[in-house]
Amino acid sequence: MNVRVIPRLDIKGPNLVKGIHLEGLRVLGKPERFARLYYEEGADELLYMDVVASLYQRNSLLEIVTRTSREIFIPLTVGGGLRTLDDIHAVLRAGADKVSLNTAAILRPELVREASRRFGSSTIVVSIEAIRKPDGRYEAYTDNGRERTGVDPFNWAIRVTELGAGEIIVTSIDREGTGNGFDLELTRKIAESVPIPVIACGGAGKVADVYEVVTQGKGDAVCLASMLHYNFVKHYDNADDFSEEGNVEYLRTRRGFSKIQDATLPEIKEYLLRHGIAVRLVEEAINA
Amino acid sequence: MPETPWPQRFQVAIVDYGIGNLFSVKHACEQAGIHASITHSCSEILQASAVILPGVGAFGDAMEILGKLDLVSVLRDIAASGKPLVGICLGMQLLMTESHEFGWHRGLGIIEGEVVRLEEAVHGDRVLKVPHVGWNRIATGNATAVQADSCVGWKGSLLEGLSEGEYMYFVHSFYPKPVDANVVLSITRHGPVDFCSSLREGNIFGCQFHPERSGSQGLRVYQNLAFLIQKTQEGDRNVRTAGGKV
Repeated sequence: MNVRVIPRLDIKGPNLVKGIHLEGLRVLGKPERFARLYYEEGADELLYMDVVASLYQRNSLLEIVTRTSREIFIPLTVGGGLRTLDDIHAVLRAGADKVSLNTAAILRPELVREASRRFGSSTIVVSIEAIRKPDGRYEAYTDNGRERTGVDPFNWAIRVTELGAGEIIVTSIDREGTGNGFDLELTRKIAESVPIPVIACGGAGKVADVYEVVTQGKGDAVCLASMLHYNFVKHYDNADDFSEEGNVEYLRTRRGFSKIQDATLPEIKEYLLRHGIAVRLVEEAINA
Repeated sequence: MPETPWPQRFQVAIVDYGIGNLFSVKHACEQAGIHASITHSCSEILQASAVILPGVGAFGDAMEILGKLDLVSVLRDIAASGKPLVGICLGMQLLMTESHEFGWHRGLGIIEGEVVRLEEAVHGDRVLKVPHVGWNRIATGNATAVQADSCVGWKGSLLEGLSEGEYMYFVHSFYPKPVDANVVLSITRHGPVDFCSSLREGNIFGCQFHPERSGSQGLRVYQNLAFLIQKTQEGDRNVRTAGGKV
């Protein structure tokens, strides 16, 4: 089975943003443009995360989802602020193929059972966002890493599997956006304890990190953000008209983040293939 | 009589029985120039030029809902009518006689065979998990076809124009085992198992993968469907005009 490489696009209002530890968001551009290029370059799926997830911005997210789904024919997972079966239905109706649940699932685990029953297990992805404590223990967080829960992520992973989740996204909040590499222990312990696929997220700074999280971390798929986005911004003139919300300083100065060695999807996949990891390459990768 | 312009858009009914995302199927239809409506109305489904039965979720629940919506006999009628009937993922499994997913369930019985569970497997040092989620290759299982640029064995089917070994996107834990090996259109490898990843019997087509989420190659399936509908309609028109002139 091929390892899936999944670009993660954090969305705030109309913009693609990127932070560190899920905070300090910088505006990078319009998500649809990034999504289009990633599709053409062989992304295996896409993940959209509404990082503000407030109700008054939900319409803007749904519009982005619809526009994306109409022109990008790979699976699209959407998460962020989905609380009810109706919220999930609205996102699927807009054209998402799967939804990702975190906060609402921790507050009311039965939501995972109800959602997988109604929409099918393969539609329900549970996102586990965890922090490694100084004593080496882990704790699951909600609300983009802002709220601690006291929940043990390893027990939680087993529980959501029993409740009917189809996949799990595991994000290390302390690694997220840093480029210091994935949290291999967190990923491996969860991947080995559940029968369903586990998507590793948070920390990739170079292609070797991706290789490690597949081989040592036992990830069935990987989520990448900074590595891909910074490459996009570097190579493509951004003619987008940005709304002035959020921190646009990064775009003005084009200053990269030193820890991140950006790369394109074909570069990452060819590296994995050379090192014996099966991936899907798109032969006719169209030049944008 | 003036020549009526050939319709650019074709009416396809996407059967809505309450589970799964039907919208990506609709978007893929639109991309292929097919006008599709998402519906559970028996009359609308019977009037459509072709019917797509999509679906994710549990087999037993799906059959129960189809029964409640009076769609079981409607779908059998479509199968018997000669119109294209396309089952996708769970929709393909529902075409079969029976399933062993969480107990035993009777299917639509349009294709003879059973639906069985995919087992977790080990490949090298990697565990191949179930559900089988992601991109995998489809093949005819015919070694001579590998040389061909686009696979000869798929000519005239919805897979026409695709290459042997093309990648498609899968999400499933079960797969169909048709009794008649001749209906198997493609196979896909999962560890030690080569399972039936698409099938065809006359006007009936089923695929375990999601062509609407398998990139530009997957969209070919929908383009082929548009072509097939056009051909079926042409055939109908020729029969109606009794002259058969094209």
